[in-house]
Amino acid sequence: MLNSHYCPHTPEEIQEMLSVIGVASVEELFAPIPPALRATTFNLPTGMSEFETFSRMQAIAGENSQGMTHFIGGGFYDHIIPSVVDHLSGRAEFYTAYTPYQPECSQGTLQALFEYQTAICRLTGLDVSNASLYDGGSACAEAAMMALRVTGRSRIVVDGCVSPFSRQVLKTYLFNLDVEVVEIAPQGGLLDRAALAALLDDRVAAVLIQNPNFFGSIEDFSGLADQVHGVGALLIGSVYPISLGVLKSPGEIGIDIAVGDGQSLGNPLSFGGPSFGFIAAAKKYIRNMPGRIVGETVDRNGKRGYVLTLQAREQHIKRHRATSNICSNQGLCALRGLIFLSSVGKEGLADLARLNRDKAEYAKARLSAIPGVSVLQASVTFNEFTLVLPKNAAAVVAGLLEMGIAAGVPLGDYYKGFNNCLVVTVTEKRTKREIDLFAKELEVALCI
Amino acid sequence: MHLIYEQSTPGRRGVRLPASDVPAASALPDTLLRAEKAGLAEVSELDLVRHFTNLSRRNFSVDTNFYPLGSCTMKYNAKVLENSAALFTPFHPMTALLPGGVDFCQGTLGMLYDLGQLLADITGMDEVTTQPLAGAHGEMTGIMLIAAYHAAKGNRAKKKYVVVPDSSHGTNPASAAIAGYEIITVPTAPYGDMDLELFKAAMSDEVAAVMMTCPNTLGLFNPHIKEISDIAHSFDALMYYDGANLNAIMGKVKPGDVGFDVMHVNLHKTFGTPHGGGGPGSGPVGVKRALIPFLPQPRIVMDGDGKLQLETANPGTIGRTANFFGNFGVMVRAYAYIIMLGREGLIQVSEQAVLNANYIKEKLKGHYDLPYDMTCMHEVVFSASRQLEHGVHAIDIAKFLIDKGYHPPTVYFPMIVKEAIMIEPTETESKATMDAFIEAMIEAARTAESSPQALHDAPLTMPISRLDETKAAREQNVCHIG
Amino acid sequence: MSIYFTREHEWVKVAGNVGTVGISPHAAHELGDITFVELPKIGAVVKQFGVLGSIESVKAASDIFSPLSGTVITVNDALETAPEVVNESPEDSAWMAQIEITDAAELNNLMTQDQYNDYLKTL
Repeated sequence: MLNSHYCPHTPEEIQEMLSVIGVASVEELFAPIPPALRATTFNLPTGMSEFETFSRMQAIAGENSQGMTHFIGGGFYDHIIPSVVDHLSGRAEFYTAYTPYQPECSQGTLQALFEYQTAICRLTGLDVSNASLYDGGSACAEAAMMALRVTGRSRIVVDGCVSPFSRQVLKTYLFNLDVEVVEIAPQGGLLDRAALAALLDDRVAAVLIQNPNFFGSIEDFSGLADQVHGVGALLIGSVYPISLGVLKSPGEIGIDIAVGDGQSLGNPLSFGGPSFGFIAAAKKYIRNMPGRIVGETVDRNGKRGYVLTLQAREQHIKRHRATSNICSNQGLCALRGLIFLSSVGKEGLADLARLNRDKAEYAKARLSAIPGVSVLQASVTFNEFTLVLPKNAAAVVAGLLEMGIAAGVPLGDYYKGFNNCLVVTVTEKRTKREIDLFAKELEVALCI
Repeated sequence: MHLIYEQSTPGRRGVRLPASDVPAASALPDTLLRAEKAGLAEVSELDLVRHFTNLSRRNFSVDTNFYPLGSCTMKYNAKVLENSAALFTPFHPMTALLPGGVDFCQGTLGMLYDLGQLLADITGMDEVTTQPLAGAHGEMTGIMLIAAYHAAKGNRAKKKYVVVPDSSHGTNPASAAIAGYEIITVPTAPYGDMDLELFKAAMSDEVAAVMMTCPNTLGLFNPHIKEISDIAHSFDALMYYDGANLNAIMGKVKPGDVGFDVMHVNLHKTFGTPHGGGGPGSGPVGVKRALIPFLPQPRIVMDGDGKLQLETANPGTIGRTANFFGNFGVMVRAYAYIIMLGREGLIQVSEQAVLNANYIKEKLKGHYDLPYDMTCMHEVVFSASRQLEHGVHAIDIAKFLIDKGYHPPTVYFPMIVKEAIMIEPTETESKATMDAFIEAMIEAARTAESSPQALHDAPLTMPISRLDETKAAREQNVCHIG
Repeated sequence: MSIYFTREHEWVKVAGNVGTVGISPHAAHELGDITFVELPKIGAVVKQFGVLGSIESVKAASDIFSPLSGTVITVNDALETAPEVVNESPEDSAWMAQIEITDAAELNNLMTQDQYNDYLKTL
């Protein structure tokens, strides 16, 4: 009865059940597995109590360095999370439920996802959203595959300023298809519009951009959508949702499919996941959307309710011809996103976006005042910017890590010839004191 | 219930933000700014709390109701797993990717590495990547690894097909299609497994992989699995194992021992992590040695000093399937689950999952048609064909069960069983709970004969009655207007 | 005008060298409430029993196969906004496309109304 808290049968109950089944032992139930195929080894350690388990987990967590001050982003951001997010998403009725295939006993999840879809549509300025994808990278890939289906073409043009992680995920998704991914080398941390113009023709299914991009630059994409649409291609934009508190929405830019990572919306860093990917598009593309979608309808008495809809797009019905293979999504993380957005609210998201930029601008001024340090991009930036250091950024970052400062993402690993560049992220959580200390330590590090 | 947007009052806020301690930045140019603020909710903290608390009460969940949803392994989610996951929330994944950063992440990288080792032992695989974010994502990753394997041998053009049984999860053919393959579907034989003769006929040098679930979606273990994998290998086709049904066989049989080359594990099914209303899941992929060169990067490896490092310069890699290391928080929970239950605990899990499914099978087989009447593993598939004679469908029985306080079993899957009712009780349910559920199922069968209309009318106790799904699909109202 | 059927439950009414295609009442009933019809593009060249379009209900998605080889000359756009017509009038208002037939001999591969009725009894 070692695990009777978890597997609850008493020996008597097991006997009773076995006699109902008509076998003498539990082992007999495994008779369909031929003896020759049975496992000969099983070397896991012995189990333990939950208290010992928790102590072990504490010890493991303790092996990571604690209290790092984050000036790093790269797709995951250290933002505030209102207390309500943990408490409400932690309601067991939400987190121990599954996919709401039976709508009558799943209206909680379904209505929440409908509200989530509404929030994403309003944030992105587009018509339709699904109920979440895995993460920002796979969302880029799903959007590209949508564009391939919509246009019947086979080339994706990608701005090199898009996150290198997302670009790599995109390439992996497409690697065994007869699809060509063409990347445009960044120009001073910005999209090379001339190179793009030269690539645009009727073979292009979509152009993928990111705003703000991996360098932190906010671009003026005026005219870009018309240019892309002019050759019959779709414009896909990966966006940072916090920035949409103030920045032009994808809909206003003329983006056809907007995607992004929802981590910044109420999901902890948690060493990279779980977060969620979002995808929103113009209504005419709804049948090409991947994943689950919740729709509003009425019940037999005319009462409003919510169901999973347009399921004929999905793998459990359309199998190999489905719009995507996704089944489990990141529903609980999307719920956290909705609670976050509803807590911060319409005015609060704009304030939060401004607060991020204020802190980043302060840091940018402080850090670029250090002798020999300059800012790479001529454009405006949001809460990230790229510094050009007088020496190799990797060595500087490694040194500052020892001081408990994650100083930024050195670009040399991701872009050739950018060894002295450092992308610095400053969220609303960084205090003036932390920024000043970082500036002081960076100056010291550069003198050595 | 009102939508959160219908409770908005302009200017109201749910949280107070920190004040700024730096000067305001100069304004951004108008050309970059949005014309109007995003129309998010504007509610007080209490309004928000009441709204989502009341919404949650309109859900069935494992913590409130028996949830025998076949194929989904809705076992109880131990609370210590949640406490454990909370320990790891402050760690930034980018830290590990910085120069010298692995030194600061030995705990998290070590946990991932150890989890891979434990899963490798459970599955009989040689190495595990934790990147895939869900089961279907694992399938896609696995098939891409197979594609890379064939490409490295110069066979990319030759290998065109992936073979799946008709009882497979829809994700199998969908994942193979994304990875660039055409699908060959093999029918199920009367004995409940993929038809062996038709399988042999389907095989050729052009087949890249065979995807199997074992036990399959009928809950049956295929005794010919080794023969099938031998045949596949004779055509240089690799065997993919869909780990959705791993809960049935832990400690009993290892996919890697019976000829499978690649597989995913659904941590949210077998290893007790919560399903979150649809996700997040986690789908680590295990491979045999021959496929290690193609694993996604960064790959976590242990150096000679026992220190974890990230390998990022492998030329054979398929690249990356997730931005960082996968759904880390889900993996913390699964790791805690595995070390808590341990060797004997996991064996007990599989034994009792199988015991429970067979108990329900025996108790209900007099009341419902059992198209494949043999010892099942962790789940059992009935058919409502007998009830259909009274005009009652599987969906009506499902709705009746809701009124009795049970989340319905999976219905209409697998597609090869008419009016399928697929029951997976899992190991964590008590005999008393199952007996009460069995009574409800028997009552449904009786009611189907005596008053079918009562089943058509169900459910009556929920906040809403049956919904007009046709209207939803035709009108496509997927975003609140107003 | 004579009507012929496929084993996949499409019908074709032939007048001269033009075939009008739809799905049978049996198919419409089996699929349930139709929520979407994907029509071919005008000018598309189709082969006998090749995919012509697709049709969806809440719980199912099926291909529509062309009963004959030919070129699509007209499609019934009205179905895109009113898919319910397929349930209401499958053999009449809910025609899906007209094709210019390239090989009338292919009619020999189809069933007559009587043959189709007998076929339905075997299902």
